Amino acid sequence: MLKDITLGQYFPGNTVAHRLDPRTKLIMVVLYIVALFCSVWFVSYALMALALGACIAVSKVPLKSLVRGLKPIVVIIIFTGVINLFWTPGENLLFSWWIIRIYEEGVLRALFMVIRIVMLIMGTFLLTYTTSPITLTDGLESLLGPLKKLHLPIHELSMMMSIALRFIPTLIEETDKIMSAQKARGADFETGSLFQRAKALVPLLVPLFISAFRRADELAVAMECRCYHGGEGRTKLKVLRYRGIDYGAFAISAAVVALVFLLRHYGL
Amino acid sequence: MEPIIRVEHLTHTYGEGTPFCRSAVQDLSLDIYPGEILGIIGHTGSGKSTLIQHLNGLLKPTEGRILFHGRDIWEDPKKIRDVRFRVGLVFQYPEYQLFEETVSKDIAFGPKNMGLTGAELEERVHEAAGFVGLKTDLLEKSPFELSGGQKRRVAIAGVIAMMPEVLILDEPSAGLDPEGRESLLRKIRSYHKATGSTVVLVSHSMDEIAENADRIAVLADAGVVMTGTPHEVFSRGKELEAVGLSVPQVTKVAMALKERGVDVDPAVYTIGELRDELLRLKGGEGGC
Repeated sequence: MLKDITLGQYFPGNTVAHRLDPRTKLIMVVLYIVALFCSVWFVSYALMALALGACIAVSKVPLKSLVRGLKPIVVIIIFTGVINLFWTPGENLLFSWWIIRIYEEGVLRALFMVIRIVMLIMGTFLLTYTTSPITLTDGLESLLGPLKKLHLPIHELSMMMSIALRFIPTLIEETDKIMSAQKARGADFETGSLFQRAKALVPLLVPLFISAFRRADELAVAMECRCYHGGEGRTKLKVLRYRGIDYGAFAISAAVVALVFLLRHYGL
Repeated sequence: MEPIIRVEHLTHTYGEGTPFCRSAVQDLSLDIYPGEILGIIGHTGSGKSTLIQHLNGLLKPTEGRILFHGRDIWEDPKKIRDVRFRVGLVFQYPEYQLFEETVSKDIAFGPKNMGLTGAELEERVHEAAGFVGLKTDLLEKSPFELSGGQKRRVAIAGVIAMMPEVLILDEPSAGLDPEGRESLLRKIRSYHKATGSTVVLVSHSMDEIAENADRIAVLADAGVVMTGTPHEVFSRGKELEAVGLSVPQVTKVAMALKERGVDVDPAVYTIGELRDELLRLKGGEGGC
């Protein structure tokens, strides 16, 4: 059950989408989100869907896994859709009963909102599916690099992030193991009142915290043993470099964004 | 004899429908008889841990059945907790699961979940602590103040306190020093003798299994490749080596002697047996 968490999961592969520089992919996702929120009518959304579809096809990530990633936010999607459907005032009344009034504008807006969220999630998931967490934080560190001039601890932040990402699967595995062990002693995590269930978590959380602290301690010692002393003067094993495909990807993204703005100008 | 636990054509597949899907056990059948010490042996990734987590219903078979006293344990999923009380499972490195303020409270966790209270609970805790050799003055200490070996005993006592009919131990001696290892295994043997319960010992150490088990099941490639008494299993030393396992060190010596033309039984697995075997040879030649 815990293994179903897909956030940040990486699908190994060697497609163009995997080989792109992480910075390129990060910038593309930002552009994609901007373009998505600037889309105003079906034509723009169709264009965006086409772009997303092309990216998915190139990355060879199974569509099924992308759809499964939507599962945790189904409630949010439905909630947003319903709110927009009922609370958007407009001119063309389509349906009215008691205090419920549905306008044509509301239907369209709800539809667009749902499309936006679904495509937003799928697009960002595609990023994490095709980029390993380590390269992703590398890219982020490099993109945020200029902020170091303002004395922001960018290296430390990205190191913290990559350590956190690195330990998510470990901790999930550990949680699973401790849960099984306590279940073997008759612990019951699934039934009972809310209070009982919260109490049932104590046998899980105490060992989990202890092991997290132990791991942190061991990691700190291991890093010190290898003379880690922060980001100053630290070189990289894999130096990030923009290549031909990155420039190509930039050109295509820029074209799509420009097209969306053009369509927006004409209200499409 | 009726088996106490029967594993019928068990298959378990992890991550079905994802690119990481793999079968940890495949069409595995095994019988466990009441009162025996069954040793399960296999190298890393042979499906040992997956198998034993099915025996008390922590994992649900993808295919196949687990029968406990002849009844499918998943017949009524609501009663799976009862199965867990009757088939006690001690995980690998169980000391990482301790959580209570005192040792006695931690040992009492299992029996308390069974609904025991008061004097009976107290008695169970003391009895279990006695079985694993924990002194009474340790009972009121925090489990986190204890040494690694003592913590492990507390964790094992936590399962013994439920008085399970079958006690399963996954690598109980991993990471202990030789003395701690030997003393822990001695405690398990005396527990088995005193209660007459069934014990399943999982290990990848041949010597440990050879010295303690009445019967051995060898796991490799997601299935059982051999079962039998230690003598039967170790007489097939070459096959064991083929699946990446070795034989006990004593057996290795005997096998090497045999290869050099000494007429010993190559399936001996304790030092005592090898000694008797060598004395017999010497006697046969009329030496002493």
